[in-house]
Amino acid sequence: MISRRTLLKSASVPALSFAAPAFLRSASAATPIKMAALLDQSGGLELLGTPMLEATKLAVKEINASGGLLGRQIDLISYDPQTTIQFYTQFATQAAAGDHVDVVQGGITSASREAIRPVLDRFNTLYFYNTFYEGGVCDANTFCTGSTPAQTVEKLVPYAMKKWGKKVYVVAADYNYGQITSQWVKKYVKDNGGETVAVEFFPLDVTNFGPTIKKIEAAKPDFVMSALVGAAHISFYKQYASVGLNKSIPLASTVFTVGGEHTLVAPEESEGMLVSFAYFEEVDTPANKKFIADLRANASKKINYVSEVTARSYEGVYLWAEAVKKAGTTDRAAVTKALRAPASIDGPSGKLTVEAKTNHLLQNIYLAEVKNQKLQIVESFPQQPPSDTLLVCDLVAKPDQATFYFENGLEAAGIK
Amino acid sequence: MDFLAALILQFAYGIANLALVGLGLAIIFGMMRVINLAHGEFLMLGGYTVVVATNLGINIWIAMLILAPLVVGAIGVVVERVLIRFLYGRVVDTLLATWGLSLFLIGAVTAIFGPQTATTISAPIGPIAVGDYGTSGYELFLIVLTVALFSGVFAILRYTKLGLLARGTMQRSDMAAVLGVSTSQVYMATFGLGSAIAGLAGGVLAPITGVVPTIGATYIAKAFITVISGGTAILAGTASAAGLLGAMNSIVTYLTGPTLGEVALLGAAIVLLRVMPSGITGRFFRKSL
Repeated sequence: MISRRTLLKSASVPALSFAAPAFLRSASAATPIKMAALLDQSGGLELLGTPMLEATKLAVKEINASGGLLGRQIDLISYDPQTTIQFYTQFATQAAAGDHVDVVQGGITSASREAIRPVLDRFNTLYFYNTFYEGGVCDANTFCTGSTPAQTVEKLVPYAMKKWGKKVYVVAADYNYGQITSQWVKKYVKDNGGETVAVEFFPLDVTNFGPTIKKIEAAKPDFVMSALVGAAHISFYKQYASVGLNKSIPLASTVFTVGGEHTLVAPEESEGMLVSFAYFEEVDTPANKKFIADLRANASKKINYVSEVTARSYEGVYLWAEAVKKAGTTDRAAVTKALRAPASIDGPSGKLTVEAKTNHLLQNIYLAEVKNQKLQIVESFPQQPPSDTLLVCDLVAKPDQATFYFENGLEAAGIK
Repeated sequence: MDFLAALILQFAYGIANLALVGLGLAIIFGMMRVINLAHGEFLMLGGYTVVVATNLGINIWIAMLILAPLVVGAIGVVVERVLIRFLYGRVVDTLLATWGLSLFLIGAVTAIFGPQTATTISAPIGPIAVGDYGTSGYELFLIVLTVALFSGVFAILRYTKLGLLARGTMQRSDMAAVLGVSTSQVYMATFGLGSAIAGLAGGVLAPITGVVPTIGATYIAKAFITVISGGTAILAGTASAAGLLGAMNSIVTYLTGPTLGEVALLGAAIVLLRVMPSGITGRFFRKSL
């Protein structure tokens, strides 16, 4: 039954909420802050893009639930570039010039990043790239929050060499990431007194690894380092195990587990593999436990494994939000300045601090071993700098840059 | 010497792999002239059948060798009834329709199973030692299976009434119809057979390649290249093209690297089609199946 009093009460609520902004907030408070996410939800890379978008959504939802940023809500506009570079350019233009977003979070492959970075530079739109990559981006407008080879490979190679031996065979995906990462692997193998027996590159759609596996068998390395990427390349691990080589020549990888690959192959096929990233689902902190639980509870799709790219998509939003709070505005120049002040947050992966020379992050790095489809963290390294990009990039001395130094190999860093 | 033996087995597997992936398409495209761009997805569905069945506790051999072809064959029959049968003789339209089907199947499987699927099935046969070198017992099995499959399809087409009717219908469907053959049913059965073989191939490859909704894309190009290079005689053509291209790919991959290996495969196919525009069997083994 509705009494006269409740009726009055409910009638007065809209009136009050209409009135509130007028004296509590500035005029701009009525308009939400706009953020665009460009993450592939179909076309091949959805394996990574789906959980990344869920993590971005969760961060926005949490910030909005706690009252928003500067008293304004965040409006997340999500585009699905369908693993197609052309759509990346198109949607980045739409987000920057059409939607006038305050920040863009996204891009998965290096190719997609290099497609949208110039677009967002041109339209003066702040850009966060949250995927681990080969390093070398030096752009005042772009913040690369993922780990780079000097952070991960530098830890992984010596650990694996100490454990297994000095003869290394490298297999890598035949594009930007694989080519450059394999050069870093070679450098660190050499620096640690080892020998790279061979480096082989595979187009992304190769599913028959037989001939190469035979070559590995003949070369008898102490271990194999893999920078193979994508669904087709998972075949390598299955075929490697079907020949029984995983028992005699162990594997380490710079990519494995990031798409939950260790849950896509049988337990015995990935057992004992070494990997290194800035985050693993198994990171044992209360903050991470809460993040994992909230992410799974809020996700509209099932999330198989939470990897670095997913956690970093969440942390990327918070890092930007922290800078907006510090700056007191969403203005790009002020937010960039606040980010480089530097901004710092404590996320699920631990403490993250912007490194002002490169617009990359000081971040925790973890080394882990695959044990029965779980990752057992064997060593952690706090607050590691992006020392590869630091070799070539100094935005403090020369702020007006928008370069990708390693695009044509690693001559810039003097290691090729 | 041991290494040479292991290497030769590896090359044989490279050939068998191409032949296996191409055979289902050879029937659907080679015989029926339906450009089936969803062929890769039929392989993918075979893989998913195995994954689902083994997760339900069904023996992996039953899942691969019986369930995968049955399920995908049934799907093929449904597809033929609701989509393909309206498009016979309209080659370009089949291309468009099956492309749509391919996108639909990827989307449907992604919606049901998610973009990443826990496929913890591994090769059910362990490694076999050839002297000092390990070789995959499962790949040996696949070589044997491919040979058996080609023999089986040959026997069906050559010695059974269904095979005779199918070949007749594909050559002159009007004449077959005049002679009292229900061509519609023959088309349905042939498409079903092609789909079932694709399902079987996808099923048996699942343990060594893994399964994700988009895995079909990695098979489709090679399947078409093999079948087109093979030419009109579907079995002899597919087998000889797989032999040539597979050997080329494996040897060059072994000598240089996988990138050049892929280039060699494609290069060989281009040269072959330039010299023999109607495929290997357009010139050799013309009378064969």
